[in-house]
Amino acid sequence: MKLSKQLSLFVENKPGSLNAVCQVLKDHQINIRTLSLADTQQFGILRLLVKEHEKARAALEAAGFIVKSTDVLALPVSDRPGGLADILNVLDRNQMSVEYMYAFTFGRSESAVMVFRFEEPEKALQVLTEAGVPAVSEIELFA
Amino acid sequence: MNPFLIENRIFDPAAECMDPAERRGLQLERLRNAVRHAGNIPFYRQKFKEAGITPESIRSLDDLRRLPFTTKQDLRDHYPFGFFAVPRSELVRIHASSGTTGKPTFVGYTRNDLKLWSELCARFLVGGGLTPDQVAQVSFGYGLFTGGFGLHYGIERVGAAVIPASSGNTQRQVLLLKDAKVNTLICTPSYALNLIDVLQDQGLKPGDLALRYAHFGGEQWTEDMRKAIEEALGIRAFNNYGLSEIIGPGVSGECAARTGMHIQEDHFIVECVNPQTLEPVAPGEEGELVITALTKEACPIIRYRTRDLARLLEGDCPCGRTTRRMSRVKGRTDDMMIIRGVNVFPSQVEEALLRVGGTAPHYVIELYRPHNLDEAVVKVEMRPQEFSDKMEELHRLRDRISREITGITGIHFQVELVEPNSLERSTGKVKRVIDKRGLKID
Repeated sequence: MKLSKQLSLFVENKPGSLNAVCQVLKDHQINIRTLSLADTQQFGILRLLVKEHEKARAALEAAGFIVKSTDVLALPVSDRPGGLADILNVLDRNQMSVEYMYAFTFGRSESAVMVFRFEEPEKALQVLTEAGVPAVSEIELFA
Repeated sequence: MNPFLIENRIFDPAAECMDPAERRGLQLERLRNAVRHAGNIPFYRQKFKEAGITPESIRSLDDLRRLPFTTKQDLRDHYPFGFFAVPRSELVRIHASSGTTGKPTFVGYTRNDLKLWSELCARFLVGGGLTPDQVAQVSFGYGLFTGGFGLHYGIERVGAAVIPASSGNTQRQVLLLKDAKVNTLICTPSYALNLIDVLQDQGLKPGDLALRYAHFGGEQWTEDMRKAIEEALGIRAFNNYGLSEIIGPGVSGECAARTGMHIQEDHFIVECVNPQTLEPVAPGEEGELVITALTKEACPIIRYRTRDLARLLEGDCPCGRTTRRMSRVKGRTDDMMIIRGVNVFPSQVEEALLRVGGTAPHYVIELYRPHNLDEAVVKVEMRPQEFSDKMEELHRLRDRISREITGITGIHFQVELVEPNSLERSTGKVKRVIDKRGLKID
C-alpha cells in the first residue's frame, strides 16, 4: 500500500494537551514515527503517523479524543538543491495543490521523507508514480 | 436637609401628583377599557371566556388578579402579529425585542401609543434634570431596540435638542460630548464607564465637559457604578426602567429625590408576585414584576410576567409625586443575559448552534467586562462529525457559528472550539452561563 494512514486529532492550545495524547500512546506501547502540529491561538490539529494506526485510533477515541484517519503520501525527497522542486514540478504540471505537508527523516541519511496531504490522494499517487517519484510504502515507513 | 440632588421638576403634575384615590378610580376605568380592547386579540378573548371575564365584571382593582397572565412564550406562540389589536392601517411603528430562540418578538405602536411613549419618557427625563435649553445625546442603538427611539422622542417632547449619536464608535461619541456641549447623556451604565475610560485616556477632566445629567437604563447596574460614574464625570445619574413588551423605556424612572423609580401608574399597574406561586409577595418584599398596560392601543398587554425581580416601594416621596415606586431590578427569574444593553437568551445561542450542526453540541457562555465593555465568549465542544484535519474548515466552522449567533442575537460572540468533554457537566440544572463581569446588585 503506497498511501499511508495519518491520524488527525483535535487539541486545544493549552498546557498538557499534547502530553495527554502521548500518555495514551505510551500506555498502549505505540511509537510515534512522526508528528506535525498545525495550531492557532486557541486550538490545533495534531497529525500523527504511527505504525498501528487502527489500534492507536481506538485507544485515543476510548480516551475521549476526536480522531480522523486521512490518506497521505510519504515521499522521499533527495537531500540536495532541487529535491523538493522536482516533486512540486510534477504536481504543478498536473495542477494538483498540496493541502499541507511536513517533513521528517528516518533511517536513510541521504534523503528526507515528506508527508503530503492532497484533496485527491489516489490521483496524486498515480501522477507521481508515472513521473518516477515513488511513494514510501507503509511497510518501509514502519520497518 | 434638602432631599433633592437637583432642582425638583415635574413634567405632568396633574398625572404624576394625582390624588391616589382618584388615580385608583382612573386605573379601574382604564382597566375595564384595557380588557375590552384586549378582547380584540384571540388569545385574550379565549382566556377571558374561559375565566368568565367581561369588562363589566371588573368591579374593583382586586379583580385584576382574576385576569390571566401573559408570558414571553405566549407572545412567541402567536408570532409575528398575534398580539396586535388594531388594523395594520393604524400602526405607525414596529419595534422588536429578543425572542428566546431564533425569532424576535414584535411590538407595534399607533400614533397615540407613540405620543404616550414620548410623554412617559419626558416624565422621567424632566424628573432627572432635562430642560428645554439643554442638548441631550442618545447613545443607545437606533433600531429595533426600543431604547434609542423611545428616549429620542421623549427628549424632543421635553423640547431639548437631541443628538441621535446611536451606539458604537466611542471616539466620535466623546467628540460629540465635548464639542456639541452635551448636557444630558442617555446610554447604558456600562457604556458610560467605557466613555469615561476614553475621556480619561484623552486627558479630559469633568470640568472640560458641559455634561450634568445622565439617564441610564437597559441593563442592571449598582450603586457603586453610579458613584463611580458620578464622580468621574461630575454629574448626576438617574435610573429608568421599561421593556419592549410593555412599551419600552418609560414604565418607571427616578426623580430628583432618587427614592426609587416612580411607576407611571396612570398607564401601568405593576404587581409584585412570588414567581413560583404567582401570589402577591408581602409589601416591600422582592418578587417578579407583573405589568398590565392600561392604555396601549396597538399591543394591549395584560399581566405580563417580566421575569424581572425587584421590590415595590410604598410611602411618600418628597418630590410630590404620589405614584408608587420600584427598586432597581435585582435579577431575573430566567436565564436571560444583558450584553451591551441587549437582551440575549442562551436558547438563542443554542438555536444558532443547532442551525450549524443539526443538533446542538455541549456549550458554555462566558461573559467578561474588560475595559467596561461586555464581551461574550461561547465555548463549543468539538464533535467527530464536525472535525476536519484541515485548518481552513475548522476556521470556517467557527466563523459560521459566530455568524449564526450574531444573526439571531445581534451580538458578536467570540467562538472557541474546545475538546470533547472538556466543559463541566453539572449533575442538576445545566449551567450555560458563567458571568464573570463581577456585578453585585445591592
